[in-house]
Amino acid sequence: MEDFLEIGGVRLRSRLLVGTGKFSDYRLIPKVVTASQTEVVTVALRRVDFDNPAENMLEYLPKEVIVMPNTSGARNAEEAVRIARIARAAGCGNWVKIEVISDQRYLLPDNFETLKATEILAKEGFVVLPYMSPDLMAAKRMVDAGAAAVMPLGSPIGTNRGLKTRELIEILISEVKLPVIIDAGIGRPSQAAEAMEMGAAAVLVNTAIATAEDPVMMAEAFGQAVSAGRKAFLAGPGAIQKYAVASSPLTGFLQEIS
Amino acid sequence: MSFYHELSMYQREVARLQQLEITEARIRQAIDSGSYHPEDYWVLLSPEADDYLETMAWKARELTLQHFGKTVQLFTPLYLSNYCINRCIYCGYNAGHGITRRKLTFSEVEQEGRAIAATGLKHILILTGESPKHSPVDYIKRCVTILRPYFSSVSMEVYPLSVEDYRELIEAGIDGVTLFQEVYDEMVYGQLHLAGPKRDFRFRLEAPERVGKAGGRTIGIGALLGLHDWRVEAFLTGMHANYLQQNFPGAEVSVSLPRLCPEVGGFQPISPVSERQLVQILLALRIFLPRVGITISTRERQGFREHLIGLGVTKMSAGVSTAVGGHAVHSEDDPGQFQISDRRSVAEIYRVISELGYKPIFKDWHDVG
Repeated sequence: MEDFLEIGGVRLRSRLLVGTGKFSDYRLIPKVVTASQTEVVTVALRRVDFDNPAENMLEYLPKEVIVMPNTSGARNAEEAVRIARIARAAGCGNWVKIEVISDQRYLLPDNFETLKATEILAKEGFVVLPYMSPDLMAAKRMVDAGAAAVMPLGSPIGTNRGLKTRELIEILISEVKLPVIIDAGIGRPSQAAEAMEMGAAAVLVNTAIATAEDPVMMAEAFGQAVSAGRKAFLAGPGAIQKYAVASSPLTGFLQEIS
Repeated sequence: MSFYHELSMYQREVARLQQLEITEARIRQAIDSGSYHPEDYWVLLSPEADDYLETMAWKARELTLQHFGKTVQLFTPLYLSNYCINRCIYCGYNAGHGITRRKLTFSEVEQEGRAIAATGLKHILILTGESPKHSPVDYIKRCVTILRPYFSSVSMEVYPLSVEDYRELIEAGIDGVTLFQEVYDEMVYGQLHLAGPKRDFRFRLEAPERVGKAGGRTIGIGALLGLHDWRVEAFLTGMHANYLQQNFPGAEVSVSLPRLCPEVGGFQPISPVSERQLVQILLALRIFLPRVGITISTRERQGFREHLIGLGVTKMSAGVSTAVGGHAVHSEDDPGQFQISDRRSVAEIYRVISELGYKPIFKDWHDVG
């Protein structure tokens, strides 16, 4: 059985999306792409130096990957919209990850402004992937606004703490009619596998790969974990039993009565 | 509530904290979970914490890596004018000093901008002395308009302004404002600033919040370390940064840690800060405010600056001249605002940072105005 993730009319084989901030050297990025087998890479427009090829991150990306510019640094919908338009005009394609953060202490996304930007950009023909706090009502509105997927955070960005928002994400996965991609907070391949086993459509990882001692090997580990987690989900794992199936059942007397 | 009112509250708090018994357990707790807790920040700045610098360094390194990755943002200052009507006893631009006064013409501003842009830098910080006659808001505004096409971020470090003036300059393209309070003790402030509009302590102290109100994207603050008891000054600087983050959550707040440098007037630090103590401040600040930007200037010697990168520094100046016209317009007779220790070019600093396993970042904002 072929298993694809379809976003914006594109069929992706890999369910790992990779972020490019925080790397010590741009020359690592193509190696990370190859090792992880990712097909979608997100790049902050604020970091793209169009005037200087050696400093232009886009120059380091293999041609076949989908570049998903992100609106890092936007404090409101208006700034996010402007950044997205600049990125598209500069030839970065029509995918965009909306990131609106008006809190610099915890870097938590602003769902209200993100929704506004999603609505505007989806109408303009962008493939919009909003980064958000895992709130069900907000996610449903993102769907209505024309988002191509929703990207709830697993825990605050950069923290490597894993799926602290697990309960809310499970609800999103069960209720939202779009791919749910876990973005932010995934710090270990095991956590990525866990997200995939839960039924997430994909995960996006940056810090955990970029700040590893060996980012390329870590990228490979994430690629494998995501693929293993996905397979486990498709295979339908056995239910986890909270209580052992006792040899002397508590309700055994019912059979005696009947 | 303005930070002016919070400041007096924190000064009373310092009196209490100075009596605090600081045990090893208390220090370890502060290292472990001290983020956003003022008392823990004080504990980390204490003489007792000096023995735990190594543990603090590991924690600070981890937090910096987590939030900023393996990157260091580069920028350079561009001095527009050294005319100044203030008499600050520690500053090379002191109105009483018989230095050659210069102000860049608009074509010189462009020449300087072009020379800096040719080094690859995309973030620039423009500076002037305080002179309503030579460097009024209109002059600064015109300079911003000239420089904007060359850079993705133009910030400024000039005398404090009103909300309206800040708004006007932000509209013209100013991305951020840096303004050092120099010293947070109002009485000491009065003794060091002998004449000129800078004597108005409160107008200066509240300037960063006016930048926030005007919608500034980045706000930088700092105390000139060496002017007064550094533990208290570093503590109050942290409280100021914390206040700005809480009240203007969308703004990126940065703290500079400038140590007083020799200048043309020969002023000596009142409360000298050693390199070890500077490191303690840096580590304590990173643990207290994990997301705050931390800038280290070329006042510090090369070698020492490099060691600080992994420990919490996120921004560094490179290819620095503190002289007006020092990048392209000839001015060998200008001694600058202060002496710098690290005179390396942008390319040299770029290479050194890369060799340390960090990515020097030229561009970290896209002008969307």
